[in-house]
Amino acid sequence: MRIVLENVHKVFNQGRPNAHEAIRGVSLSIEPNRVTCLKGASGSGKSTLLSMIGCLSRPTAGRIHLGERLLSGLPERFLTDIRRHTFGFIFQQFNLISGLSVLENIMLPAYPLAPDHRQLTATASALLDRFGLAHKARNPVQWLSGGEAQRVAICRALINDPRILIADEPTANLDTRLSRDFMEQIRRLRESGRTVLITSHDPVVFDSPVVERVIELCDGQVVGG
Amino acid sequence: MGWLRHQRYLLDFIIASLLRRKGKNLGLLLVYSLIVFMLASVMLFTHALKREMGQVLQASPEIILQRIEAGRHALIPADYLRKIGRLRGVTARKGRLWGYFYDPAVRANYTLMVAPERRLADSEVIIGSAIARTRGIGPGDYLTFRAHDGEAYSFRVRELLASDTELFSADLVLMSERAFRVSQGVAEGWYTDIVLSVSNPLELAKIAEKLTLRLPDTRPILREEILRTYDSIFSWRQGILFVLLLGAILAFVIFAWDKASGLSAEERREIGILKAVGWETGDVLRMKFWEGAILSLMAFLLGYLLAYLHVFHASASLFEPVLKGWAVLYPAFRLTPVIDGLQVATLFFFSVFPYVVATIIPIWQVSVTDPDAVMR
Ligand SMILES: Nc1ncnc2c1ncn2[C@@H]1O[C@H](COP(=O)(O)OP(=O)(O)O)[C@@H](O)[C@H]1O
Ligand SMILES: [Mg+2]
Repeated sequence: MRIVLENVHKVFNQGRPNAHEAIRGVSLSIEPNRVTCLKGASGSGKSTLLSMIGCLSRPTAGRIHLGERLLSGLPERFLTDIRRHTFGFIFQQFNLISGLSVLENIMLPAYPLAPDHRQLTATASALLDRFGLAHKARNPVQWLSGGEAQRVAICRALINDPRILIADEPTANLDTRLSRDFMEQIRRLRESGRTVLITSHDPVVFDSPVVERVIELCDGQVVGG
Repeated sequence: MGWLRHQRYLLDFIIASLLRRKGKNLGLLLVYSLIVFMLASVMLFTHALKREMGQVLQASPEIILQRIEAGRHALIPADYLRKIGRLRGVTARKGRLWGYFYDPAVRANYTLMVAPERRLADSEVIIGSAIARTRGIGPGDYLTFRAHDGEAYSFRVRELLASDTELFSADLVLMSERAFRVSQGVAEGWYTDIVLSVSNPLELAKIAEKLTLRLPDTRPILREEILRTYDSIFSWRQGILFVLLLGAILAFVIFAWDKASGLSAEERREIGILKAVGWETGDVLRMKFWEGAILSLMAFLLGYLLAYLHVFHASASLFEPVLKGWAVLYPAFRLTPVIDGLQVATLFFFSVFPYVVATIIPIWQVSVTDPDAVMR
């Protein structure tokens, strides 16, 4: 599914004295089955743009197409539906729910879809296996190391088998070696036919051979790519 | 099928999240149950008590006739029984002998009563079980009184009064007429009061009116009035308990409100995560609803069950200090268990409902906001 942005704007606190235009007229086309990186300094609007593409928020103006569908203007319910079927998210702070086990965390995005329980457990276990976490399945997530937490976050993003993977500064909390490992996992995901969208200002990410396209953002505008 | 599975997943998650804040939720459950327990105890207790009292009074005479001297209850001459004359509707009349006796040994008042139907020998008494308990005596033992003239009289305890009537007989001493007159100094030809039985309640007012006309120095007391007085005494005591409870309830409301308004940053973050990974606002709401509902239902059941045991199997012993005022010898009574559906519903409504609502309101505000907060 191709993602197309047409003159997208995002204004925070619109109409108030502290109004701030974080995205100022971005037009883009992101190819399917590619690894694309949004690069830019902190505050350049990477996360804002990513959350609009991932149906976590709406643009103030402009259009976003996901394949045939026009996202901007869809009611909340539909956005949620698209989000959980189409996107998998990996957040900068991992955003795992502490107190729950690794397995429970991974299965969370599937709960609203109510799949067969045994099947869901099997899928989750297979994912854990693939990322070398099978022995941690029952551990509470707060016991995990940074690298392990990152991999649990990837497993959670994959549980609903999404076409598009979105990762916001995934290596910000990892050292160089773990960052390289992460890029290796991205390569394998790319090979399994997924679209990957990463934001980063980490050279390990945007200089990686895995990344096929780099789009540079500056002050809410595209400056390169 | 899918719907059921969906609810099961939600429930799984809720139980997991209730468990991971074990300390906090247990504390909450405890406070909550305690309040339900107190409220339910008062409700069950007063309700059962009123019923019991109504039943006992139902068996008591319709009219009690007292003689008044200087505005106070005085002994009534036996020939008043004759002076009453013929009264249509009165099926029986008799003089009663009863009084109070202060026992300095246990610093309590006994109620002395003559019970001709028990055919007691002049040296025998039957006593209520509270007296037996406090004095540490039983059948065959002796109870000694200092009589009105300073003489000491000993009575053999023939039996104890059945404890199912203990609420009203706890402090009772039954004796023969002669023993009563001699020990209390009530001369032959005098009674404490006169009781009249009337079969048709519609005639009561008429009869009472005639009595005051024929015997101007007497006061007829209708059973109806006694019922009303008891009722108001109990309502009043119940009122005190409720005022005490109000403090507890208030604390709870503040507590719930605090929970309601102050969604912790942690909870806010979690809701954001759930929404970001694809939960709908409705899912989050349902989850929080069930969380509150499970907790308050458990508290309700636990509190109510404890209250039931407290009132019907432990003689409402926690209320002793408040309710004891009306009898120094606190009866160890067994109330007949009664559960009033409306009462349960009221209690349920006022304990479970506000809490569930309080937990839902603020979460709604959070869950309608954009889920992109987790990106920051
Ligand atoms: N909810 C918000 N309210 C107000 N300003 C915001 C909000 N979210 C982001 N911003 C602002 O928008 C700009 C872009 O933010 P962001 O997309 O997070 O940048 P990046 O991810 O590239 O570091 C920043 O200046 C930030 O302060
Ligand atoms: Mg960011």
